Amino acid sequence: MNHSSKGPEHFHSQAKAALGDPQLRQNFRGAMDYLQDKRKSAFHDPVEEEKIRDLSEAIRQRCLSKLPQLLELLDTNCTRNGIEVHWAENSDEANDIIARIAQRHEAKLIIKGKSMVSEEIELNHEMAKLGIECLESDMGEYIVQLDGDKPSHIIMPAIHKNKQEVSDTFEHHLDNFTPTLDVDELIQTGRTRLRQKFYDADIGLSGVNFAVAETGSLCLVENEGNGRMCTTVPKVHIAITGIEKVVEFLSDVPPLYSALTRSATGQAITTYFNIISSPRKSGERDGPLEVHLVLLDNGRTQAYQDADMRKTLQCIRCGACMNHCPVYTRVGGHAYGTVYPGPIGQIISPHLMGLDKTKELVTASSFCGACAEVCPVRIPIPDILQRLRTAAKNPPEADMIPMTGQASAASTLESLAMKGFAFAATTPTLYHAGTWSATKLKGLMPDNIGPWTQCRTSPKFADNTLHQLIKTRNKKKGETS
Amino acid sequence: MSLTASSRVAKRAILARLNRVKLPPIEKETLSYPRWKTQDEQLLTQRFIAGLSANHAEVICVNSTEIAATLTQVLTSKAYKSVVLGCACDETLSDSAANECTAYHCEKGEFYAEILAGARHCDLLQFDSVVEDFKSRLFNEVDAGITHCFGGIADTGTLVLWPDRAEPRTLSLIPPCHIALIKRSTIVSNFAGMMSEQAWQEKMPTNIVLVSGPSKTADIQQTLAYGAHGPSQLIVILVEDR
Ligand code: SF4
Repeated sequence: MNHSSKGPEHFHSQAKAALGDPQLRQNFRGAMDYLQDKRKSAFHDPVEEEKIRDLSEAIRQRCLSKLPQLLELLDTNCTRNGIEVHWAENSDEANDIIARIAQRHEAKLIIKGKSMVSEEIELNHEMAKLGIECLESDMGEYIVQLDGDKPSHIIMPAIHKNKQEVSDTFEHHLDNFTPTLDVDELIQTGRTRLRQKFYDADIGLSGVNFAVAETGSLCLVENEGNGRMCTTVPKVHIAITGIEKVVEFLSDVPPLYSALTRSATGQAITTYFNIISSPRKSGERDGPLEVHLVLLDNGRTQAYQDADMRKTLQCIRCGACMNHCPVYTRVGGHAYGTVYPGPIGQIISPHLMGLDKTKELVTASSFCGACAEVCPVRIPIPDILQRLRTAAKNPPEADMIPMTGQASAASTLESLAMKGFAFAATTPTLYHAGTWSATKLKGLMPDNIGPWTQCRTSPKFADNTLHQLIKTRNKKKGETS
Repeated sequence: MSLTASSRVAKRAILARLNRVKLPPIEKETLSYPRWKTQDEQLLTQRFIAGLSANHAEVICVNSTEIAATLTQVLTSKAYKSVVLGCACDETLSDSAANECTAYHCEKGEFYAEILAGARHCDLLQFDSVVEDFKSRLFNEVDAGITHCFGGIADTGTLVLWPDRAEPRTLSLIPPCHIALIKRSTIVSNFAGMMSEQAWQEKMPTNIVLVSGPSKTADIQQTLAYGAHGPSQLIVILVEDR
């Protein structure tokens, strides 16, 4: 089944549809229980957990405090190492850079490792327009791509499918495939089909987990080996990343890496950790002849302008916040209609897409705080969501730079009602008249008051106002004492 | 506008927006977190082996006189017919190139003769030219690739590879089995310690890879499966050199 959605503007209807899909809910429930347990056992010592989160947060805040300087240093050191660095303001520019590299090499096939940023710029779609095929090689991404679907999780893209559904997908799209529920067989099918593609591809494209300014190195975290394939076998390697992924020192990497793998899948370490510092040097016998790094802004500088929102950029994309979010675990990733779903998606998407498109998203939270409790870099996600809600409803304060789509959720009726209430509440005669009539006319309260009564009974005003109750009580007290 | 010109414009604009925000740079923190560490050699080895084994690698402990025989035994028991190995630098590189080659294989990869002896009954492919020349055999014919290791990390059960001209990157990646020889003396407690004690930041090679097991995935219904894209088997020959 194709679960792709129409976008974040339709969150409510998409969430409703997802809630009505028992199979989908079961798939997510199982996966999230699994990931929550794994994380818990990876951080079995709470003291150590606190310490590694403190350190990870401090590293990310330090690196962001010098972001422009570190980006320049990264650029200089990568260039010195022979990596070609490109800067892109938005998706169009990033796609343009990649297209030109591809065209220069007359590339027909780009084999891709996992990269959420490439989803963000809709690379596959844009390259297809130019006759360049982009093929996902991460197992989950490959399955999702076969289906014309989108990833529903940033770490486990095909989490919304169970093995039966994967078998169905393969049966539908691959020749000579015999349906099976044996996961090893399913994986071997993917492996065999993709091997030839690694061999044939002209270009390998990857994301970046950490870009080290000090040494001009790109670090990649993975288990499958497809990331190594993409960055080693084709003659050209293109890495694409958001500008926030830079770290200052090589020594910043081990603690962040440990926090990442443990938060994401509960692993002490992943199978592969790949540090790339240059293209093939003279005398070396393999590796790409060209390495390119594309640094993408796409709204990140907007988040950077504001002290609270800047914390969004601390994210190391572990996915723990979504694994623990009661909303995400029930509606799944597609309902959000954004590349990054769940809590991190709710706070980053408004910068990437504008508040006008994402104003529904920022309301999709119970403010339970589970996301902030597990975030390895301690991003205060609920606080940032509050800020975004305010920005969606109100114009910026005098000294602030407006966000894209600022105040797009402002409702005249709502603000009039609020103003009216404020006036009434601060004018004693009006206030008393209001509460008096509310208690007297409570029988007129309708049983159905919109979404509120969908799963709650309509509230009834009390027989007496609080003022009256206190007055009576005080009177009684006076009588007895 | 040429590619570089538009990239330069973007760079200026992005940096200008970031620089508009005046932030006091934060100095390097003094925080630390407890890292697994031991002086006890036995404990170190145990942890290293336990980590690798838990991640589905096979570990065989030998002393240096047993390498060739062990290798033969491994290759025979797995019925591997064709193996690819690195090359001894001094034989294949010109003097100047060999001088430049400061990689660990040249200095410490002393088991080359043993590897040759151990794999003598197999079809031997030597990685002594660029990959383009035998990519097809590498992808389609070879059963196993054999490498030395730069070092090991006990905490997580991790092999550290610094591929170089003698032992290129694909040697440990494309064949379905990776056989790695590691010297006991190169195993340290943890990753952060290895990096800082050896001052990696001063001498980053083209590529460093940490390997902690055979390739795997849990992408289908959270079920672990090995051999996703990289080697489905990792065999570690741990050589006691102390
Ligand atoms: S916000 Fe925190 S928990 Fe969520 S993906 Fe980013 S780092 Fe992980």
